[in-house]
Amino acid sequence: MTLILPYAREDGGNPPSLYPDYRSTVLRSPRQPPLLVPPTLTEVTGPAGNWERLIGPAMTDLTTQHKGTPQGQRIVVTGRVLDERGRPVPNTIVEIWQANAAGRYIHSKDDWPAPLDPNFTGAGRVVTDEEGNYRYVTIRPGAYPWGNHKNAWRPAHIHLSLLGPAFATRLVTQMYFPDDPLIEIDPIANAVPLPFRQRLVSRFDIGTTVPNWALGYRFDIVLKGREQTPFEDDHDD
Amino acid sequence: MMIDELERRDAAPRHDNQDPALFGQTPSQTVGPFFHYGLPWKGGADLVGRSDLGARPDLMPPEHYLLGTSGVTGTPQGEAIEIAGCIYDGNGAPIPDAMVELWQANAAGRYASPDDGRQEIELDPHFIGFGRSATDKEGVFRFRTIRPGRVPGPGNSLQAPHIALSIFGRGLLKRLATRLYFADGEGNDTDPILALVPEERRRTLIAVRRPDHTWWLDVHLQGPDETVFFDL
Ligand SMILES: [Fe+2]
Repeated sequence: MTLILPYAREDGGNPPSLYPDYRSTVLRSPRQPPLLVPPTLTEVTGPAGNWERLIGPAMTDLTTQHKGTPQGQRIVVTGRVLDERGRPVPNTIVEIWQANAAGRYIHSKDDWPAPLDPNFTGAGRVVTDEEGNYRYVTIRPGAYPWGNHKNAWRPAHIHLSLLGPAFATRLVTQMYFPDDPLIEIDPIANAVPLPFRQRLVSRFDIGTTVPNWALGYRFDIVLKGREQTPFEDDHDD
Repeated sequence: MMIDELERRDAAPRHDNQDPALFGQTPSQTVGPFFHYGLPWKGGADLVGRSDLGARPDLMPPEHYLLGTSGVTGTPQGEAIEIAGCIYDGNGAPIPDAMVELWQANAAGRYASPDDGRQEIELDPHFIGFGRSATDKEGVFRFRTIRPGRVPGPGNSLQAPHIALSIFGRGLLKRLATRLYFADGEGNDTDPILALVPEERRRTLIAVRRPDHTWWLDVHLQGPDETVFFDL
């Protein structure tokens, strides 16, 4: 008999799968409700601790990956990865990708007429320390237009991917910036109901800001928490 | 004194990520269409040998491919298999900008995870059991891996061999979690999770072996053949 400590299910702050204002969800969202299944060893395990071997070493400074310095506003983004009980999630990987300062991705399918920056790729990854802290240096990304509707613009954002301790805790999300008027009219951000949407908005922080060098933003990432009581007791006797 | 006060000044607190009243699970957002230079590394979909399987370096200039390469250190134990499938939208069109992740036990049925404490079953030093594959231009994901062993389920049950899959893509606001079982899998008929799936939908989780020996499982995000996705 194996003891299974399950993870919480998703809370009310998550977006629905179908959000018609975000047009791509119309043909891509499942129409059947997801099937509730009991947690098994498969869902409560994950490749924790093997990041470097799997994915490679950390890349925590996105401004020093090429010969020159990228264009744009240098920023530091820091915070903690926690579970929903407020406990740190140590030694977990945060993968990062984003557009450059002009709002252009280095991706061949992104072809809007904003300049590419030869000194900026926009990909990074960082592993949390024992207290769940992470920190990386990058360039503040620009907003960019997209084809969802006429004159649609994504607010400036950084894409984030976390695996957490288990298959059940997998999370892909986006971090937004304070005082961005585009958040209020963006269908992807708006798929998250208020007030929970505000969980995706980072905070400018003078304490994180490095004098004469970079503005600082704080953003904590909260993963599903683990229950304290086992899903099944050992009744194998 | 005036200067000290200025240095201590911070921006006014906001209704934002740092607001304790809002503390809770960070909401999910889509990976969007431009994740290829950030997530799927070369060899990410090859858990058996060193290759570039899984990545899409065709979607970025080579000097901007900064992701790693295969971390495979040697040949894992067990039967090497290839699994693949096409991801379809509600119109039956393949999705060339999706990504699939895999998580599975090794051939002996042990997860390479600190949360699988069954010391009596050996870990395989050459097998982690996690992989990532971007779909190709035809909407097809493809992995080379090891056929997993059986792992325990709820109660005294034993699960049939299976692989946990996560689907990501533009238009997917949340990760979709599903499973791949094998058509000839030992214990499919008594698997505790398959048993919860309405009988007529079970086939959406069961890979069939093609003449080229690939285990094939299409993923339909919508429609009459909609894949069963799980609420974990
Ligand atoms: Fe984006």
